[in-house]
Amino acid sequence: MITFTLKRILQLIPVFFGATLLVYFLVFATPGDPIAALSGGKPMSPAVADALRAQYNLDQPFWVQYFLYLKNLVSFDLGQTFSGQQVSDVIARAMPVTARLAVMALAIEAVFGVIFGVFAGLKKGKLFDSTVLVASLLVIAVPTFVLGFVLQFVVGVKLSWAKPTVSSGAPWGDLILPAVVLGLVSLAYVIRLTRTSIIENKSADYVRTATAKGLSRRRVVVVHILRNSLIPVVTFLGADLGSLMGGAIVTEGIFNVPGIGNLLYQAILKGESATVVAVVSVLVLVFVIANLVVDLLYAWLDPRIRLV
Amino acid sequence: MRYNRTSKALVLSAALALTLTACGGGGGENPSASSGGDASKVITANSTEPQNGLLPANTNEVGGGRVMDLIFTGLVSYDATGKPVNELAESIETTDAQNYTIKIKAGQKFTNGEPVNAKSFVDAWNFGAAAKNAQLNSYFFESIKGYDKVSAEKSTLDKMEGLKVVDDTTFTVELSRPESDFPLRLGYTAFYPLPEAAFKDPKAFGENPAGNGPYKLAEGGWKHNVELNLVPNADYSGPRTPANGGVTFKIYNSFDAAYTDLQADNLDVLDQIPPSALQNYKTDLGDRWVNQAYAGNATMTIPSYLPEFKGEAGQLRRQAISMSIDRQQIIDNIFFGAKQVAKDFTSPVIDGYSDALPGNEVLTFNADKAKELWAQADKIDPWPADKVFTITSNIDGAGNKEYITAMANQISNTLGIKAELNPIPTFKEMRTLVGEKKLTGASRAGWQADYPSLYNFLGPLYGTGAGSNDGDYSNPAFDQKLADGLAATSVEEGNKIFNESQQILLKDLPVVPLWYQAVQGGWSNNVTDVKFGWNGVPIYNAITGK
Repeated sequence: MITFTLKRILQLIPVFFGATLLVYFLVFATPGDPIAALSGGKPMSPAVADALRAQYNLDQPFWVQYFLYLKNLVSFDLGQTFSGQQVSDVIARAMPVTARLAVMALAIEAVFGVIFGVFAGLKKGKLFDSTVLVASLLVIAVPTFVLGFVLQFVVGVKLSWAKPTVSSGAPWGDLILPAVVLGLVSLAYVIRLTRTSIIENKSADYVRTATAKGLSRRRVVVVHILRNSLIPVVTFLGADLGSLMGGAIVTEGIFNVPGIGNLLYQAILKGESATVVAVVSVLVLVFVIANLVVDLLYAWLDPRIRLV
Repeated sequence: MRYNRTSKALVLSAALALTLTACGGGGGENPSASSGGDASKVITANSTEPQNGLLPANTNEVGGGRVMDLIFTGLVSYDATGKPVNELAESIETTDAQNYTIKIKAGQKFTNGEPVNAKSFVDAWNFGAAAKNAQLNSYFFESIKGYDKVSAEKSTLDKMEGLKVVDDTTFTVELSRPESDFPLRLGYTAFYPLPEAAFKDPKAFGENPAGNGPYKLAEGGWKHNVELNLVPNADYSGPRTPANGGVTFKIYNSFDAAYTDLQADNLDVLDQIPPSALQNYKTDLGDRWVNQAYAGNATMTIPSYLPEFKGEAGQLRRQAISMSIDRQQIIDNIFFGAKQVAKDFTSPVIDGYSDALPGNEVLTFNADKAKELWAQADKIDPWPADKVFTITSNIDGAGNKEYITAMANQISNTLGIKAELNPIPTFKEMRTLVGEKKLTGASRAGWQADYPSLYNFLGPLYGTGAGSNDGDYSNPAFDQKLADGLAATSVEEGNKIFNESQQILLKDLPVVPLWYQAVQGGWSNNVTDVKFGWNGVPIYNAITGK
């Protein structure tokens, strides 16, 4: 298993170079001069514009820009934003907020998704099952921003149960509402995945054997049916952690969360390569590590799977 | 100040502004004396993350500008109506509009303990102008003698010969030509003084500035992308004494989130009602809102370099296009009344404004006259049969797409030509197209005044070769009028000449004026005495708790 983990970590290197090169090129290729936008329609002295271009290497051809970026990266210098802050500082401020939000959303969807999924699967075709199916369908069909605005207005303004936006320091309490909105769509998928998987496994041979052995119903469900049903669910959750971190742009916008999604969105609009590449690289890292954890979990969930 | 994608004028423009304020009346005096409110309440207000470190000459957008104007004070500040009031200036004297002698009040200091003296101004202005410091506002010093040398490409000079320290409280300014509105500019952010500490390490200073304004940044007060905490500065003794216990600017990336917070009393002052709420904000907020004009406008540039718009035919075509736009209809249906139809090239909150300039009927919708003018132009130089009249605009600012499409439809219906929006995804791309003069049609434009003066709406935009003359307009008669206006010895005389220069613009129409911007703002149940200034920014120091 150690060799397996090491091999996977080594794979990171080509993935990282590929991703940074691609993203750097994409930002480079977007039309428009970022320095022209900095002055916002007011005049800018040509000497000032040239000095700024030189400062961010924007006067160099693509390969030189990329090489200079990599060179700084080796010494752990992620570069500067157009406002002169270190990209590493900016990310260090935004990352913990988004990570907290994503982990809360993931916890919500994992806990409630699996519980609802198991009950729906065990009582297939009954009232509870149909209700859960219809409800999850509805959640999937309604766009996130509609859910977000409605919940924000009802809970935050009309009922005053929570603050409509996240306040300074992003306390856990303020993040509950955005985490629910963020996790809701995936929650619906987790329910449906768990339900299907449970239905499939509950008629499997080993379940019948376990029941015939005289094991308690609880043990049969939790150890034999559920554990084996979790493989597709875990795969989904692992991949979802990455999407929750990088794809929270809409939710972060609605609830004014100062996280990675917002940061990335603003940086793309401004054409700030250093920030975009750094954020995407961090997200790539999150994806790869989440997938590694999922693979390790496979072996634990199903002893027939062996990691080589 | 400047255009910004997320900003203010939803639409358009965006152009943002600085501080200072308009209309409304009564905002300039010290309000703590008159109101019996809670003077210890910390006000929360919306803002955007300042785009650069907090240095006067490097702050050119509203997120940083509104903070700068509270933590610094210059020679003058502007009252609610845009009139300059002396802050640090004891006197600003000139006999020829070219040589100024400026005396400042003695005994003032920065929050780091350094004194504010004549040298603080001279050094700060030299620093702002020098090319080697790459400050975004450097062009503001272009009138000062010697600016051309310090601002030249790769110049290492850092002192303008036009600035001289006489003694601790006196300095002189020599301009390269007479400019009677120079004193009006001195309240703008770029002209604030700086302590020595700023020049030693500008970057560190920008993160944690030591100013001399009514407020100062609290210890660790700038939490990037989250909030900025300002507390009253006990050493300040000017006309803008705070009537509250501080201001916390919460950083929002969308006005929708800020508006929701306002409704929940989770935010005290909002200076921009989002487009989605324009229809309902008056009922949502009861009597806690304002809708007033500020010093900005929206226009459509028709560049002089377009072949179809040259010469006499071009002039007739511009007039025809202007007269085929029903501005009021667009304001009513798309902006729910949140704008005012333009009658000139400036703004009604500026001293000297006139809504009755001869020739301004060209800005009024008149379909018959428009058709007639277009037909005349076609006789001189026929409009190519399949030529489409395009209006270029970035569509990442809310509302741009809607109003330009409506405008294109009106032009098309009235003149019988094809007209359409040419959408550009981002502001950055749009600015590049405009800056490189690569437009193939008209483009969305607008202006937000830097300081309250007619000249600021005319010189930088339509003077030959001027910095923001995006359409390459050039008319020697107009340039002459501008120079005459600047050389005038009184403000009234100058304004009269500037308005004569506008009559030339009304014929040539280098841009088609559309409407004046107005600010729609609101406040919570927890505060009172909320007034907005001439530039659409709330007068924060006057706001007090309930």
